[in-house]
Amino acid sequence: MNHLPQAWGRPRDDVYGPYDASYLQSRLPQTHTQSPIVTGTSVLAVKFKDGVVIAADNLASYGSLARFTDVKRLRPFNSKSIVGIGGDVSDMQYLDRLLNSLDVTENYSSTGHSLNAKNLHTYLSKVMYKRRSDINPLWNQMLVAGLDGNDEPFLSSVDLLGTTFSSPTLATGFGAHLAQPLLRKVADDESKVADITRERAVEAVKECMKVLFYRDARSLDRYSIAVVTKEGGLELKEDEQLEGQSWAFAETIRGYGRTQEA
Amino acid sequence: MTQNDLSLGSSVSLPSSKPEGYSEMLSGMKEHSFYPYADNGGSIVGISGSDFAVLAGDTRSTSGYSINSRSEPKVFRVGDDGRIALSVVGFAADGKALAEKLDTTCNMYKYRHGKTISLTACAHRLSTLLYEKRFFPYQVQAILMGLDEDGRGTLYSYDPAGSYKKDQCRAVGAAASLMMPFLDNQVQFNNQHLPGSGIGIALKEKPKEDLSKDAVMDLVKDAFCNATERHIEVGDGLQMMLVSRDGIEEMFIPLKRD
Repeated sequence: MNHLPQAWGRPRDDVYGPYDASYLQSRLPQTHTQSPIVTGTSVLAVKFKDGVVIAADNLASYGSLARFTDVKRLRPFNSKSIVGIGGDVSDMQYLDRLLNSLDVTENYSSTGHSLNAKNLHTYLSKVMYKRRSDINPLWNQMLVAGLDGNDEPFLSSVDLLGTTFSSPTLATGFGAHLAQPLLRKVADDESKVADITRERAVEAVKECMKVLFYRDARSLDRYSIAVVTKEGGLELKEDEQLEGQSWAFAETIRGYGRTQEA
Repeated sequence: MTQNDLSLGSSVSLPSSKPEGYSEMLSGMKEHSFYPYADNGGSIVGISGSDFAVLAGDTRSTSGYSINSRSEPKVFRVGDDGRIALSVVGFAADGKALAEKLDTTCNMYKYRHGKTISLTACAHRLSTLLYEKRFFPYQVQAILMGLDEDGRGTLYSYDPAGSYKKDQCRAVGAAASLMMPFLDNQVQFNNQHLPGSGIGIALKEKPKEDLSKDAVMDLVKDAFCNATERHIEVGDGLQMMLVSRDGIEEMFIPLKRD
């Protein structure tokens, strides 16, 4: 009988068998932190005097492969808001399930009150912030566009860190570098929003979608575009084609494998 | 985004402020890790006077070299009609979460005790809120402003872990190193002497005096205008909150947008 301190409380090996050492192995680490696999690229949006325009292309890329060309990245939520989602597509689909679930529970309400775009943005920003605080983010950046509680145009961003910001024009991903400067020429400041017509806003967004197709290597020429206004509600077009592209500059390229022609 | 790339294949060439070896620490892989913080730039300044206090912050939100928004305020009122304001700079999502927590705390205090929370109680509570997340901090530098029980303008400034002290004036954020020395010289009259009052160490220091509201507002504007010139993350607009016996007044003035 071993009475030394190291054996106090320890069952005898000859009676109960030795300890099972396999429990001491370090398990594979619990992996939460991810990288996005199937991704959507930019989402753009502009506020104008009666509402908001938002657009996103219909592509889901698998790295450099243009894998799915029919993906709808603009998700309407009741008649006052629309969420445009860039980043990981599986996380986008999870967000879709969450929003559907939210829609169902909101419909139980007998008061008839529904969530406006500002409420939706607050809800999504809390979801995203919680996930980042669990170090298990939803790898997306979203634009929430629509009307707020006073039926004024509302546009705000929320991303994988839970960071939120608002501006008369917003763009995610590549759009932030290529499209934002062009959109800001139209709506530089909140005070300018009241003078922008719907046509001007839509034209600016369509022009930027073209620029993105020229220069973003993970973009597509088919896209979805939506306009939310108080009078017109939510108008969503999901199969728009880019028009008026000019690739004439390609003729001027020399080198990069181009053979000299007559 | 400089740290979390939204597209696959993050061969990030932009400068990263993650600590060395962070991604190796986490998973043993070099790329594709999630860093839960970001620096959204910006700067804030607080100055207190005998019966008023000012808390001002620029309205530019940045992410690396990109501007997220030119008008994203970061000075918030907390509690009900109490004369307390909080401003947070650093990681904006944490900043907003903290402001909301403090706001809720102040409201709950009113419900439970039937009176508005005092500034000293609120200041201490904020320190506790920050320390509660000592091992996953709110990556922000906060300044709390209000009037103390005697009606004197008061400022408290915090570090991310919650240590705090009362300050007469404080600049924090991206351009703190530019604005704090300016404030030391212009508000505290540091290193200012009365000309002709002596030679060498016999020179008399300029006596400290209370500044008027207008003088303080001008200092704040000057501090930000100059910080805007020299710091890329500061600019676009200035949001100022002035607290006094009459309540809290909010003002916006434009700053250079380049």
